[in-house]
Amino acid sequence: MTETASRLDELIASEYQHGFVTDVETDAVPRGLTEDTIRLISARKNEPPFMLEWRLKAFRHWLTMTEPKWSTAHYPAIDYQNIIYYSAPKSMKDRPQSLAEVDPELLKTYEKLGVPLKEREMLAGVAVDAVFDSVSVGTTFKDKLGELGIIFGSFSDAVREHPELVRQYLGSVVPYTDNFFAALNAAVFSDGSFCYIPPGVRCPMELSTYFRINAKDTGQFERTLIIADEGAYVSYLEGCTAPMRDENQLHAAVVELVALDHARIKYSTVQNWYPGDKDGKGGIYNFVTKRGDCRGVKSHISWTQVETGSAITWKYPSCILRGDDSIGEFHSVALTNNYQQADTGSKMIHIGRNTRSTIISKGISAGHGQNAYRGLVKILKSAEGARNYSQCDSLLLGDKCGAHTFPYIEVKNPSARVEHEASTSRIGEDQLFYCQQRGLSVEDAVSMIVNGFCKEVFKELPMEFAVEAQKLMSVSLEGTVG
Amino acid sequence: MNLVKEATMLEIRKLQASVEMKPILRGLDLSVKAGEVHAIMGPNGSGKSTLAQVLAGRDTFQVTGGEVLYQGRDLLPLAPEERAREGIFLAFQYPVEIPGVSNVYLLKAALNNVRKHRGQPELDAMEFLALIKQKMKQMDMSEDLLYRAVNEGFSGGEKKRNEILQMAMLEPKLAILDETDSGLDIDALQVVSKGINALRSPDRAMILVTHYQRLLDYVVPDFVHVLAHGIIVRSGGPELALELEERGYGWLEQAAAPSSLSPLRSTGAP
Repeated sequence: MTETASRLDELIASEYQHGFVTDVETDAVPRGLTEDTIRLISARKNEPPFMLEWRLKAFRHWLTMTEPKWSTAHYPAIDYQNIIYYSAPKSMKDRPQSLAEVDPELLKTYEKLGVPLKEREMLAGVAVDAVFDSVSVGTTFKDKLGELGIIFGSFSDAVREHPELVRQYLGSVVPYTDNFFAALNAAVFSDGSFCYIPPGVRCPMELSTYFRINAKDTGQFERTLIIADEGAYVSYLEGCTAPMRDENQLHAAVVELVALDHARIKYSTVQNWYPGDKDGKGGIYNFVTKRGDCRGVKSHISWTQVETGSAITWKYPSCILRGDDSIGEFHSVALTNNYQQADTGSKMIHIGRNTRSTIISKGISAGHGQNAYRGLVKILKSAEGARNYSQCDSLLLGDKCGAHTFPYIEVKNPSARVEHEASTSRIGEDQLFYCQQRGLSVEDAVSMIVNGFCKEVFKELPMEFAVEAQKLMSVSLEGTVG
Repeated sequence: MNLVKEATMLEIRKLQASVEMKPILRGLDLSVKAGEVHAIMGPNGSGKSTLAQVLAGRDTFQVTGGEVLYQGRDLLPLAPEERAREGIFLAFQYPVEIPGVSNVYLLKAALNNVRKHRGQPELDAMEFLALIKQKMKQMDMSEDLLYRAVNEGFSGGEKKRNEILQMAMLEPKLAILDETDSGLDIDALQVVSKGINALRSPDRAMILVTHYQRLLDYVVPDFVHVLAHGIIVRSGGPELALELEERGYGWLEQAAAPSSLSPLRSTGAP
């Protein structure tokens, strides 16, 4: 190995920065999953009967399903009876009525993560719902948003306070029969965020959920539901971290977005779950179903994701373009280092006339990382004049990693236009030497090249997130490449 | 005041270098003073580009013997970026493409790294743009090249001009130009030569690596050296280049064939 290469290796070995554990007493249900577990979870959350029924139906359906095996990810069998399906900090048992009553230990956790929950200290313009293990611990700016008729808060609150909305939309985009992990989530989901933007309202601030897995052997199964009514607009951010543990932890979330006529939803994720150590021990299994339904005419949903964490990422944020002239977008950066595996991409289902979709996927593989793009563009017979543009680029750092692309295209309408471009490149020693010869260190050169590669996606992120994402990329790459 | 002009910029003594165990440079001597322009000529495979890369610190070449002093200091332990910040610039024979990184971004990062090293304040975006636009005008380059990815989709001539532009921005003490004339048509050659001549200065040394005499019509060197089989076999003034043009390299190459070779027979710098 040349000197440049070995310096790159050192560069790629930095530590996960959010790996600490918060010491809080938890109230957890016993390990394992039976109908009783589900009844227990539902009871803990004082849910109306319709929710329990829905969960039980999902559970019974889940029992008939088998885990999907088609992804490129390899991992030992998951023992679903050895997982704790509900864990909440004890102090949440008698739910605090406001942020002021939240356990200071929990507030400290979020401060440490750079997500202060005290409104006066917050970045103006971002409202946060913080989810700790299985429950939402607090939501900021709730009242201010309420004045505009915006409902933003924990899913549990929404189930109790707005059962009619939940009932109408829950499972309408991702039914519990959709897939194995979605069925599991429907059965046991504990909390998540709920958001409703009334007709014609432009949400004045970014809404954000910060997910944190803390407890050991616990799965996190959150569910997010966002509804933008006619002509509404909302930009929503999601961040995730978890402590460093030797055992793998399961995270199986479901996100449903509904955009009615002329509504627009922008959904951004920076996913930084614990990726496991440099030998591939531990880390989060991130098996997530995210789907948006452009139900109304001229509705618009865009997904932007930066995936740097998790041992395994399995997610395909998708759009169903039902309304005429609706638009779906997917912008993704997925980075795998050490022994991380990512199988991610998007599905764009064109149903309405003149629907348009764009897929921009950037995969970066370093160390022994494996990165797969898997995507489906489906143009139905009804989708007269539909258009899609897909671009999948892979960047390799070193010679032990891999990049794979699996694009599926189904076109049933002759007037449709579908374009797909793909490229694979690697950061070459000649590129690094060129930059060094101009006075840049190897570190700066790698981060410049990687950020250049991701630029198209980063520019889709809200400002603060874009800066965060750039930093995250540099940290995640420390110690890479050969 | 002759002191600056007399200072030795680069002193190469018995330099040996190999690639994958194969010796390329086999005891090369060369001395370059500030203000001088040296042309290194020689047939393909004689080691010209290897010399350029070794001086810039490329680690695909292993230095197996000899020493290199740069401004009186041992150059060889320094990393490539340290050499660059100390004022060594290599204009690449094949400038590298870096997709996604704009030309202007790389240049600004490069210049500010070098300035920081020299203890000069970093330039802000406005100052930088003013400076680079002025230099681009001199190089007859269109401004849209600034915002395109580094060398991506550049024509051969644009790539070479871009190298000289970078040199003009970074103001090196020792510039090594590796086959800068290759692949240029006559118009581009003139522009590039003008750029190089504009950078000649009493406190800057230049080494032009070239296969053909053509460039030397426009950039007249102070010294010409002929490299064959990894050593300098003949040194002279600009007239040597003309002689080579006429007679080719064969008559000098034979003298340096490895079987009959003793590095000591190299004539070195005049």
